Amino acid sequence: MSRETSIALGGIDLLPDLAGALYVPDFDALLVADLHLEKASSLARRGAHLPPYDTRATLELLSFSLAAARPKRLILLGDSFHDEEAHLRIDPADVAELARLTRGIDLIWLAGNHDPSPPRALGGHFAGEIALGPITLRHIPGSLSEGECEIAGHLHPAAALAQRGRSLRRKCFVGHARRIVMPAYGSFTGGLSVSAEPFQAIFPDGDFTVWMIGGKAIHRFPSRRIS
Amino acid sequence: MDDRPTVLPKMFSDWFRSRGWSARPHQLAVLEKAQAGLDVLLISPTGGGKTLAGFLPSLVELSATRQRDGIHTLYVSPLKALAVDIARNLEAPVSEMGLPVRVETRTGDTPHSRRKRQREKPPDILITTPEQVSLLIADAGAAHMLKDLRAVVLDELHSLVTSKRGVLLSLALSRVQSLAPRTRRIGLSATVADPDALRAWLTPQRGERDLAALVLGTAGAQPQISILKSAERVPWSGHMTRYAIPDVYEAIKRARMTLVFVNTRAQAEMTFQALWSANEDHLPIALHHGSLDVAQRRKVEAAMAQGKLRAVVCTSTLDLGIDWGDVDLVIHVGAPKGSSRLLQRIGRSNHRLDEPSQALLVPSNRFEVLECEAARQAAAEGAQDTEYPSVLKLDVLAQHIMGRACAAPFHPDQLYGEVTTAWTYRNLTRADFDRAIEFVTNGGYALKAYERYAKLKPWGQGELRLAHPRLAQQYRLNMGTIVEEEMLKVRLAHIRKRLGKRLVTGGRVLGEMEEWFLSQLSTGDTFLFGGEVLRFEGLDEFGALASRSQGADPAIPSYAGGKFPLSTYLAGRVREMLADPKAWPALPAQVRDWLSVQRWKSIIPTPRQMLIETFPRAQRHYMVCYPFEGRLAHQTLGMLLTRRLERSGAQPMGFVASEYALVVWTLRDLSLMISTGRLNLAQLFGEDMLGDDLDAWLAESNLMKRTFRNAAIIAGLIERRWPGKEKTQRQMTVNSDLVYDVLRRHEPTHILLRAAWDDAADGLIDVHRLGALLKRIRGQIVHRALDTVSPLAVPVMLEIGKESVYGEADDALLAEAEDELIDEAMRLV
Repeated sequence: MSRETSIALGGIDLLPDLAGALYVPDFDALLVADLHLEKASSLARRGAHLPPYDTRATLELLSFSLAAARPKRLILLGDSFHDEEAHLRIDPADVAELARLTRGIDLIWLAGNHDPSPPRALGGHFAGEIALGPITLRHIPGSLSEGECEIAGHLHPAAALAQRGRSLRRKCFVGHARRIVMPAYGSFTGGLSVSAEPFQAIFPDGDFTVWMIGGKAIHRFPSRRIS
Repeated sequence: MDDRPTVLPKMFSDWFRSRGWSARPHQLAVLEKAQAGLDVLLISPTGGGKTLAGFLPSLVELSATRQRDGIHTLYVSPLKALAVDIARNLEAPVSEMGLPVRVETRTGDTPHSRRKRQREKPPDILITTPEQVSLLIADAGAAHMLKDLRAVVLDELHSLVTSKRGVLLSLALSRVQSLAPRTRRIGLSATVADPDALRAWLTPQRGERDLAALVLGTAGAQPQISILKSAERVPWSGHMTRYAIPDVYEAIKRARMTLVFVNTRAQAEMTFQALWSANEDHLPIALHHGSLDVAQRRKVEAAMAQGKLRAVVCTSTLDLGIDWGDVDLVIHVGAPKGSSRLLQRIGRSNHRLDEPSQALLVPSNRFEVLECEAARQAAAEGAQDTEYPSVLKLDVLAQHIMGRACAAPFHPDQLYGEVTTAWTYRNLTRADFDRAIEFVTNGGYALKAYERYAKLKPWGQGELRLAHPRLAQQYRLNMGTIVEEEMLKVRLAHIRKRLGKRLVTGGRVLGEMEEWFLSQLSTGDTFLFGGEVLRFEGLDEFGALASRSQGADPAIPSYAGGKFPLSTYLAGRVREMLADPKAWPALPAQVRDWLSVQRWKSIIPTPRQMLIETFPRAQRHYMVCYPFEGRLAHQTLGMLLTRRLERSGAQPMGFVASEYALVVWTLRDLSLMISTGRLNLAQLFGEDMLGDDLDAWLAESNLMKRTFRNAAIIAGLIERRWPGKEKTQRQMTVNSDLVYDVLRRHEPTHILLRAAWDDAADGLIDVHRLGALLKRIRGQIVHRALDTVSPLAVPVMLEIGKESVYGEADDALLAEAEDELIDEAMRLV
């Protein structure tokens, strides 16, 4: 990474990577959100035969994020699987790869709306939400109580800005002093513009920061710069 | 049917006489060949009773038969707006001769009730579009409806065959031929460069090379083409032709009815707006382009037909079709890009063959003066440079296979035999055909993950059938080969103030614009649309909102480059004209001076040579080359050259491509690098450029992703977006860019990637033409190291800054945007 980027939340430093993961050094934890594993095979049931390599591609990304951060724990912020039958369709080779990647790592699955109860067979712990010091981790952004900070997923944030007549759109982290929403990590996940209505609900004064994920670096912009 | 008449029956010659006409020789020739059971191609300049020539054999045959059921003739027109007009024109002979012939139309707009009636009681003649023919044969009742079919007439065949629409139609016709083996075909075409290719396209291929019979219409009078000689200075670069507006307006005033053709929608908007502000006499001038609301376009067409207009500014939307009004002058603003395109557009005026058509060419810059002159001379010689028909598209084949399955179970052997009778697929290998079947069945991936979700299931003796009727419905919604840019509706915004807050709500629909363009606007930006300056007010779930702006000048130009690249043929002529000072007297004085100074300061290359100039300017070093191969091929060349210059240490910073030239700029002194042998131009422009460098670039190219998206939609991998349904569809589909990335990495030989590559090589990245260029200039590169910019280089140098820099270096732009903010913050401190 050519530029060191860190995001401060509740006095804790968060280090984003180019794949869309967040490393939290204070807790030696790597966070990823919205993997949507087996999205392709989920759509294939309805006749859209998209390349059946999305799980493999996502795990490949995860291997890069893990190799760079070497964390003690990996926390998945929900929607790790695209639907509740995904574990029935996942290729055994991909299951083995996931096991290999997470060997010796504490694995924590948070519930998402797509996967309210992630498959037990893959090991690890399960929770609705958990706390990292002052920060609550959960899938869907909630209402913050006094002094509470939050890292969430679910919304798949993406931002666009215009530069030299070209519109540049990227997945991004979006947040303010007390809340960060993570980008969707999965290889077949799309993005929702940070100017869309769900973001207005959680950032009502429209004042937030985005960290757009480029090919070589993460670029930070205030909300007024975003189209 | 053995009592078929062999000449024009008396009833018909009487009818011609009652109108004061007689049947034209080519109409009789088509009739005679059709009666002999031959497929016939009629090539004739616009007008001249071509439509009637197509119908005549059917009308004669129908006049002699009674008691039919099923369609007798399918008449296929590329424009659905034309179907109704053609049906109306056919009414005259049918009713005046009292023929027992029922004529109906069927287009995308035909209501369900009428389609159902057509299925129960088919008309004798059905006038329809290519897509409807594909839908017809995908219908379970197709065999019944077509069992008595005798004729297929293909209108404007020259325009159909160069696109995937034509390729899909050719497959549909192969099916029609199996269902109704006695069907003969008539193709109606404007003049083309290679008539034999069209003759082969038209007829089923069973032997070595079967050709349809050829009938040539009589040529019309030579068109009179002139080039605007303006007293104003011809601009060095740009495409907006503002300098010529007063002259264009005067020409419109002198004519009865003028068509003003331009190449892009943006040019149409600019030209229309400029004419409107010059319009002191309040002449009725209208605008016609593909993004305007359909109702609005129909209104303009009707007003033309009624002679209520004096001029229409239009894009290729008026290239085809019957005559709307009595046009006596065609003005072409901007270079016509090809000789045939010019001739066809000129043909829109003056449909009386014995009178010459009048045309005026208006070059928008100096190079276009050369191009217009080359086009004028080529058109005067009648030289044709139409594109070769498009063939063997694997995505289109996949769509056809799905359509075939929707009609009834089929045997792959039988279908392979059938599609290879289409000239377009005569070279299709069985292996590729089987891959296409696999693709339709389960996606065709090496990883067999989707067997249980297969769309085609085994049936009977080696046959395949559709797995679920829902798939047929999906096919009907998604079929077709025209993939639009993602468009958003533009609506007029109503703005109210309430409690100090601005409330913006949407009103009337003004038309549609490309999503990529609208997505880069910020509230308050102004742009041209529908001849007005609009102010962007934001996006809502239905599209874009805009209000009318008081300002005269739009802030955001929407020029996205010419749609058509300069034809290879015309490019050759321009190079020859440039190289030959004896040809220069035909050019205006200011252009002659420009070339003379070039000869003095640098050189004028011979037609085979390619000139490369290097020179320093303001801390940078420039390299300009002049391949004349069109913007797309130059863009690809620029992309690949910068990669190579990077490797050789020249530190390239950016490039800009025009139709004629390419400029690259670097930090290192290129002249010095070349003179000391550090940079070898022959190697730099070596043909091996199209190997690894091309591969590496394509991996991340946005152009390739766009091409892939089209192929994926046509092949049925990704569903089309339907207005109003985006929200539900978003959960069903995956962005095609993501699919492309994953597929390229995990199965680079997949059939869809091959299909996309084939398209890009001819289309957006134009590799074929670039390859031909590199071959042509081998050993023919001349280099001049100059102290300063040469006259020939000025136009492309002026494009710098108007175009985005360094092709696709999005990351550099993101970093730049971030740095600008940091600078701004530092200044405030």
